[in-house]
Amino acid sequence: MSLRIAASERAWTLAILAGFAALAPLPLLVRRDDVLNFVLLVLLSITMAQSWNIIAGYAGQVNLGHAAFFGLGALTARTLWIGGAPVVLAMAAGALVATAFALLIGAAAFRLRGAYFAIGTLALGEILRTTVGNVLPEISTLPAATIGAYRLSQRYYLALALAALSVIAVAALAGSRLGLGMQAIREDEGAAEASGVAALSLKLRALALSTGLAGAAGGLFAYYHISYYPSHPFAPHWTFEALLMTFIGGVGTLQGPVLGAVLYVFLKEYLTVRWVDFHLLIFGVLFIAIVLIFPGGLVQAAEGARRRLTRRPGRTT
Amino acid sequence: MSVLAQQIVLGLLIGGLYGLAAAGLSLVFGVLKVLDVAHGELIMLGGYGAFWLFALLGWDPFASLLVVIPGSLLLGAVLYAVLFGFVVRAGEEARIKNSLLVGFGLALALHALAVRLWTADDRSITTSYGGAVLTVGDLSIPVIRLLSLLVALALIVSLHLLLARWRWGKAIRATAEDWQAALLTGIDVRRAYLLAFAIGTALAGAAGTLVSVGYSISPSMGLEWTLKALIVVVLAGLGSMLGTFVAGLFLGVAEALSAAAFGGPYREVVGLVIFVVVLVLRPRGLFGR
Repeated sequence: MSLRIAASERAWTLAILAGFAALAPLPLLVRRDDVLNFVLLVLLSITMAQSWNIIAGYAGQVNLGHAAFFGLGALTARTLWIGGAPVVLAMAAGALVATAFALLIGAAAFRLRGAYFAIGTLALGEILRTTVGNVLPEISTLPAATIGAYRLSQRYYLALALAALSVIAVAALAGSRLGLGMQAIREDEGAAEASGVAALSLKLRALALSTGLAGAAGGLFAYYHISYYPSHPFAPHWTFEALLMTFIGGVGTLQGPVLGAVLYVFLKEYLTVRWVDFHLLIFGVLFIAIVLIFPGGLVQAAEGARRRLTRRPGRTT
Repeated sequence: MSVLAQQIVLGLLIGGLYGLAAAGLSLVFGVLKVLDVAHGELIMLGGYGAFWLFALLGWDPFASLLVVIPGSLLLGAVLYAVLFGFVVRAGEEARIKNSLLVGFGLALALHALAVRLWTADDRSITTSYGGAVLTVGDLSIPVIRLLSLLVALALIVSLHLLLARWRWGKAIRATAEDWQAALLTGIDVRRAYLLAFAIGTALAGAAGTLVSVGYSISPSMGLEWTLKALIVVVLAGLGSMLGTFVAGLFLGVAEALSAAAFGGPYREVVGLVIFVVVLVLRPRGLFGR
């Protein structure tokens, strides 16, 4: 895929990457771990939201089993990394395993259309979560020597790189032949096929890219957390959060998942101090409103407001 | 051998509740052509309704069905009026996708609300006769679970009769069959939708009540029960409430057998595997037309 970014996405790509560049010196400027942890969480969320956006936003396939791929990436990377492999290689292996699994189940999963694909993938994710929980019930903790050598800034830079990679991937995809094909499938699969789009092949490619990013994000999770239950990254809330962020920001846009992730993590952190899980009540209601009133999320709402303010005939995008 | 038989009996007892849980989802799915993934949360609300009627007023859980069912009926009507009534205006494909998303948002919100109001603890109703056990040969059958199964069966049979005999029951079935044809014959399709959704929610409430008696409830039970109901619906196909009940029993027994064969923690997996396989091989279900 050539790295040509369509004009409509170029400004946002530059703005987001400039934002990431501005975040790069943060570990040198701020000594507080809580700030770094928070930004890292935002970056991980951006990666997860953006990876989900590829399959659901661009290709139109609502994958409710996304956590399975995040979990597979985490499981693979953790095992290899603790076994002595360099972390970047371990993360790459995590991405590969997630993608390989996606391609393995893809052909069967894509026999299902629309909502059936959604519930089928949801069940698949739960199968993996339960199985991993049964096979590996023990908590995974880093060896003492590794904990001693733990540097938060290394995790931070990897998270930053991964978030930037996910944004660049979506930016490159959006205007490409591949991305346009995916969007055609999203709008009307039958019509897309009739006009020469190889639907199954494109959906598989979207799934491979999406799950590869999720697997790498899982690898980062495995590198970041000192101890967790191996089934934890398979939990459905990883899917649900990515879905919420993407929809609230604007599904099928470059900037939507980034904005959604930032808003989501901020609100979650702010509200959780006082009420556990209260952010989910707000996001649940907001999400329903978005689906029913602004299917394009905040991006669409902002666009509408801007048009009304400037009072000029709207440009169609 | 008797251990296995005991497992199967327990599987049948919970299976009846799976059937009841699935009947509501099946009705809503079949009539409105919307997939309400908040169904498990509606079950959860019914469970808490019965729990609080018991804890605060000392009501017997089976008696509290007389309040929980009308209450859920009303809740269903409200949810239809403010949410799903908008979803059904869309065309077939957008409708099912939007309903999935709206249901998902509703599930999140109800879950968070329940945690906020009632904490995340597991709860269950312990009645004075809760420990009673009926012994048949080697088998011991908890009386309260047997009662729950019988109530579930009674509700399914009444639903079946309601749909078969009642004027509006026929209207609901006609709408499920072909809403445009139903509209042409003068049926108020919107009202049929409203009724079907309200009845579906009432069935969820009843199922929740029965779950809170023999088993336990918590704010996070929703996803698990939605999945159970979905599995049963996919197994049974749409259109037959009695078939749905049988499929529920089947799932209960399948879980019991897999727990016996592979160990307890795998009981959840078997249903999901059956679900995925059936979905991929026969998207219209086993008994469906």
